[in-house]
Amino acid sequence: MIKTVISKISIGALVAFFFLFLGGPFVWLLGMSVKPPIDILSYEPRIFPKKFYFQNYSDALEKSGIIQAFFNSFVIATISTLIILMLAVTPSYFFARNKGILTKSVSIWILVSQIFPLSLLVIPIFLTMQRLNLINTRPGLILIYIIINLPFALWLLRGFVLSIPSELEEAAQIDGATFTQVIRKVIFPLLAPGLIVVASFTFINVWNEFFFALVILSDPEKSTLPLKLAQFLGAEGRGLFGALAAATTMAIIPSLALFALIQKRFSDNFLAGAVKG
Amino acid sequence: MSRSDHKRRREKSFFVREPLIAIMAAPLILGVLIVSVIPTLLASLIAFTDLELGLNLRWNFVGLQNFFDAFTDSLFLSSFKIGSIWALSVTILSMVLGFALALLIERRKWYSPVLKILGVFPWALSPVIVAIIWEILLNPNSGPINGWLRKFKLPGGNINLLGDFNFALPTVIVIGAWIGIPVMTVTFMASLKTISRETIEASFIDGATSFQRMRFLLIPHMRPIITALFSLNIIWNFNSFGLVYVLTSGGPGGRTYVPALFVYDESFKYGHFGYASAMGLIITVALVVVLGIYVFARNRNEVEA
Repeated sequence: MIKTVISKISIGALVAFFFLFLGGPFVWLLGMSVKPPIDILSYEPRIFPKKFYFQNYSDALEKSGIIQAFFNSFVIATISTLIILMLAVTPSYFFARNKGILTKSVSIWILVSQIFPLSLLVIPIFLTMQRLNLINTRPGLILIYIIINLPFALWLLRGFVLSIPSELEEAAQIDGATFTQVIRKVIFPLLAPGLIVVASFTFINVWNEFFFALVILSDPEKSTLPLKLAQFLGAEGRGLFGALAAATTMAIIPSLALFALIQKRFSDNFLAGAVKG
Repeated sequence: MSRSDHKRRREKSFFVREPLIAIMAAPLILGVLIVSVIPTLLASLIAFTDLELGLNLRWNFVGLQNFFDAFTDSLFLSSFKIGSIWALSVTILSMVLGFALALLIERRKWYSPVLKILGVFPWALSPVIVAIIWEILLNPNSGPINGWLRKFKLPGGNINLLGDFNFALPTVIVIGAWIGIPVMTVTFMASLKTISRETIEASFIDGATSFQRMRFLLIPHMRPIITALFSLNIIWNFNSFGLVYVLTSGGPGGRTYVPALFVYDESFKYGHFGYASAMGLIITVALVVVLGIYVFARNRNEVEA
């Protein structure tokens, strides 16, 4: 009896801890983004202010370059994602259906490439970009994002192709469908959810990327959002927490929306898809 | 005709039926290999030169000089030590928390769906965003942690957790674990689903305590996953850059100067490409060797047990 009470209490405490530790920071951020400057300066900790102060949001948007950075990040992430999807579809199909030595060696390479330290690869990549005159350009950054995200996107997509039984294709062929018809009418519709997951996954990754943006882009006009936010924090953000919190809240929204879209599949299929032999 | 014969015939026919796919895929596969193999080789070569950042690239072959320099550079060695503490602590902490979270989610109580979303969502955030959120939380004047400590007259209310010599590294480690939780949770959740219900039920009938169930059932079942997660996360964390760069830039007084920051500064602040590549190579080789030994030992124990 006492034992069950103790275990109930400790589980309750653990749940409370996780709610606070994982959820608390977001609640505080949201509260901070609507706090008037006077409340931020006060020593009294309060989660939400008595009166909401939405001017933080307009202040954040007026900050030099935040809107531009939103736009830059959006364009870069969209283009990278589309190109990665186009490049990944055919090879992922190939790797899902072919079980030869090539598939095995490439799959090992893809997994190994995931653990390669970027601090080692960044110098050769930087030198190559320099040679190609792509330093401080958005196409250069997009090229890097394609290269670093393609292997895993390909691998993720392969997991989704694997879940389409090849018997379906054979049945369609027996029914007289041509190869392109099989692709268009059988594979593609079934693969569409997988494409959405891979696209969202890639988009979030690129949207959030910081290291290469920092190395490649020096022109403030071209800054991506993470770069701009980091600069904002370093320059004046510590004095303007309200506007900083507002900008950060807005920057989370696209990730949040895409994450909500793939959340269920992410938890259930993400690893299954990636690990399945 | 046996099943395997049937299967083999189907695999063979793949190339006959879809040569188009194979032809289209080939250059892409080759491209992926080229862009990932060549930089690795190049970086290894640069490590033996005195190449510097700049527009006109001149370089001399300097042999092992960069490596000697690195091993006698006390700043690099201390950065390596900080990196080891950081990577180990973050990995273990996020693993323990992720495991606990996965167990709570598997209980399927009212709190499970909420915890599932909270536990996985930080994955979708940029390290920059996480750093800003925690900067705001940990601000000694307006942050809630210091604020509440002060309000309830608890010790530590006036400590600047990110700026204090003793607290900076532990604080950054907790934040690193916060980001690391999602991958752990998702993986452990997937692994928990693969334990058969019957085995769990049998353990209840046999009167096992929950500690025994953990010790003799769950952990042995997950051992391969734990080994893999541990190794991968040590590598990821050892090379993580954005979070610490934005939070502390290595400070105060170099207390959080993790190797990724060190190599970045050496490359792009001081422009020592050759030296930085050598350090990158040392880090990579050290990680591969240590983790190789760890995985090998783990696998051997597995076979014996």
